[in-house]
Amino acid sequence: MIFDWAWVADNLGDIWAALAEHIVLTVIPIGLGFLMAFPMALASIRWPGLYSPLLGVAGILFSIPTLALFVVMIPFTGLSKATAIVPLTLYTLLILLRNTVEGLKGVPVHVREAAEAMGYTRTRQLFRIELPLAVPVIVAGLRIATVNTIAYVAITALIGQGGLGNLFMDGFLRQFPTPLIVGLVLSVTLAVTADLGLLGVQRVLTPWQRDPG
Amino acid sequence: MFEVTTSLIEWFADPINWQGPNGIPTRVLEHIYYSVLAIVLAVAIAQPVGILIGHTGRGGALAINLTNAARAVPTFGVILLTFLVAGIGLAPVLVALVVLAIPSMVTNTYAGFRAVDRDVRDSAVGMGMTGWQVIRRVEIPVAMPLIMAGVRISAVQIVATATFAAVVSLGGLGRYIIDGLAQQDLPEVLAGAILVAALSLLTELGLSRLQRVVVSSGLQEESEEASMETRLEGTTG
Amino acid sequence: MIIFESVTKRFADGTVAADDLSFEVPDGELVVLVGPSGCGKTTALRMVNRMIEPTDGRINVNGQDAASVPAPTLRRDIGYVIQQVGLFPHLTIADNVATVPSLIGWDKERTNERVEELIDTVGLSQEVAGRYPRQLSGGQQQRVGVARALAADPPIMLMDEPFGAVDPIVRALLQDEFLRLQRELKKTIIFVTHDIDEAMKMGDRIAILNVGGVLEQYATPTDLLAEPANDFVVDFLGAERNLKRLALIPVSAVEPEPGPLVSADDPASRAREAAREAGTDWALVSDADKRVEGWVSIDSLDEQETVGNGEIQPFGHFVTHDESLRAALDVMVESPLNVAVGVDEDGRYEGVVTHNTLTGELD
Repeated sequence: MIFDWAWVADNLGDIWAALAEHIVLTVIPIGLGFLMAFPMALASIRWPGLYSPLLGVAGILFSIPTLALFVVMIPFTGLSKATAIVPLTLYTLLILLRNTVEGLKGVPVHVREAAEAMGYTRTRQLFRIELPLAVPVIVAGLRIATVNTIAYVAITALIGQGGLGNLFMDGFLRQFPTPLIVGLVLSVTLAVTADLGLLGVQRVLTPWQRDPG
Repeated sequence: MFEVTTSLIEWFADPINWQGPNGIPTRVLEHIYYSVLAIVLAVAIAQPVGILIGHTGRGGALAINLTNAARAVPTFGVILLTFLVAGIGLAPVLVALVVLAIPSMVTNTYAGFRAVDRDVRDSAVGMGMTGWQVIRRVEIPVAMPLIMAGVRISAVQIVATATFAAVVSLGGLGRYIIDGLAQQDLPEVLAGAILVAALSLLTELGLSRLQRVVVSSGLQEESEEASMETRLEGTTG
Repeated sequence: MIIFESVTKRFADGTVAADDLSFEVPDGELVVLVGPSGCGKTTALRMVNRMIEPTDGRINVNGQDAASVPAPTLRRDIGYVIQQVGLFPHLTIADNVATVPSLIGWDKERTNERVEELIDTVGLSQEVAGRYPRQLSGGQQQRVGVARALAADPPIMLMDEPFGAVDPIVRALLQDEFLRLQRELKKTIIFVTHDIDEAMKMGDRIAILNVGGVLEQYATPTDLLAEPANDFVVDFLGAERNLKRLALIPVSAVEPEPGPLVSADDPASRAREAAREAGTDWALVSDADKRVEGWVSIDSLDEQETVGNGEIQPFGHFVTHDESLRAALDVMVESPLNVAVGVDEDGRYEGVVTHNTLTGELD
């Protein structure tokens, strides 16, 4: 198996385009997923009866094989970006919902009570006390969801999108390892970078957890 | 939408789709065959490793890091690569499926063992159980919720990923999806998707049932929580 | 019998948890290891069943060096009860209790009988047998822990704060019941606690350990209180040492004084005479059955003919002969006469306990 550097040099443009598409297909679902999961999480805390059913539905979606879910979208959205984005978004829901709820619930009771006793309204308490303290668990959820999504995006190559998955398919169809390897390496690098990047964001948002001095 | 539904129903109603090498029974059986093989192999390798590091408490950090690293690797790409490297055949696909399922199972079994209350372990040793007896009589049963959860996650993951076997010219339910996409035959594609999703959900339900049976009633409450926790550690597809 | 021979335990980071410990636990006795945090009491206990291995020295268990048998074998002959109990959550209570018999290889029938017997012995109802630990209360779990340790009828038991995880009321109950059990079973027991009062209550002998694993004193509760070896022991025994000593002596162990006892029909002169002999200015009045009705002050009999015409004042409390001298002191303090009237279980007069009686015992 020879790695053809020349091919890499010749096709930087395509490689870059694939990477860019991959990033777009990751960021949008995560963003949309969080925008959906966050209010669902707040609702689950306000009305605890909602949590089980919401979690159940998200769980069922999560159990459906990715390819199947993408494919099921086709009658509705053809082979467009939406066919990729909708399922990718739905996959993030389970993790984001669960981690946001658990993160908020994980704020110690005595902290919440102290805040209430000091006269915080529910909204202020949520944004100034509970959310900041829930950040580590919420970000952990974001990290898992992001890394998962980056892996799933490659599969969308089978339904006309693909991102780095296009490099996989190119290499596979031409029996030529180089694009495949490039795609894999970039995919893993992207995942690791995103993971560490989010961890960095978490550190910035939680100065109280840093080592003193 | 309505048209799609009718053509889908027609596809399922067509007797041709129930016979022969491309019939539903054949494909389903193939899919189950790949999956069961992969699950059994993964369990045979992962559980002893998980039990060892769980009982001794060493190597856990490594296992967890490996699992996290494994999540970053796209299964889809690995399957394609193994095929390129090793050619057509079930073995390369199996290797990919098994290797990708192992970290998650190991981590869950390890976590299950670590979650055994130290007082429970202490009294087991204090009562005169040998190391092996502690594993067999105490640690495994008490860790069972998480062990089973790990097996369940991995099994569902394997069933889902076995769909890609079709991309590298093997059989299984993925065949309908891949061929359908190639021939622009939407009903076939959808039928494949529905069948795979159904099989996946059945696996999840079946193993949940099994979990309820295998896990002692003395542990049932924790069992439910543990399932949810570990569900999120796994990846499908 | 358990013999500690110059046992030392030094951990890798330099901490000394046991410093040249030497003492003997006689057969059938309950010895308490007590001391502040860091005194190594739990370490010492766990060296007996080799959950921790000594750095130096030897522990002799029932005639054998503990190190000379494989640890699991040694442990199957030793009952082990820890504070958090450590019941196996996946097994029913019955299966939990049956653990060691099953390890040893008893047959099913014998095991089932034994389990049933033990559930009774520890004061639980048989319906608990089929339940799981999570369904039981803390106190019930503690009892199961004891039953489980007794299952194979080991001659030796090691107990590490076994009643520590429950509230004081349940704890007192469990302590009393265990003492009752021990009176019957006469096991050789090492019992660890940080509570000197529990040590006093439970122990036939007490080993007081100091930080660093040093044995400060090893004696019976009475001797400990009467002759503490040094300041540390005095401090550890706590305040009101004399009261604690009195708590260990039953009224039946002392000679009560006869006291000035008359009946209501007796002439007042008899009462005056009895009081003069006893050196008091009062007399005790009893009925025909020797039950004490009350007391009269001699002055109040000045104008009277018989004792019964005087003002007979009742007693608040009596003290029975199986109560302790401390209880007697409690009664004494309540009485304007400064004595405690001792009676038997039927309320019949046995004598008076005076301040002198108490001082005499403390010497």
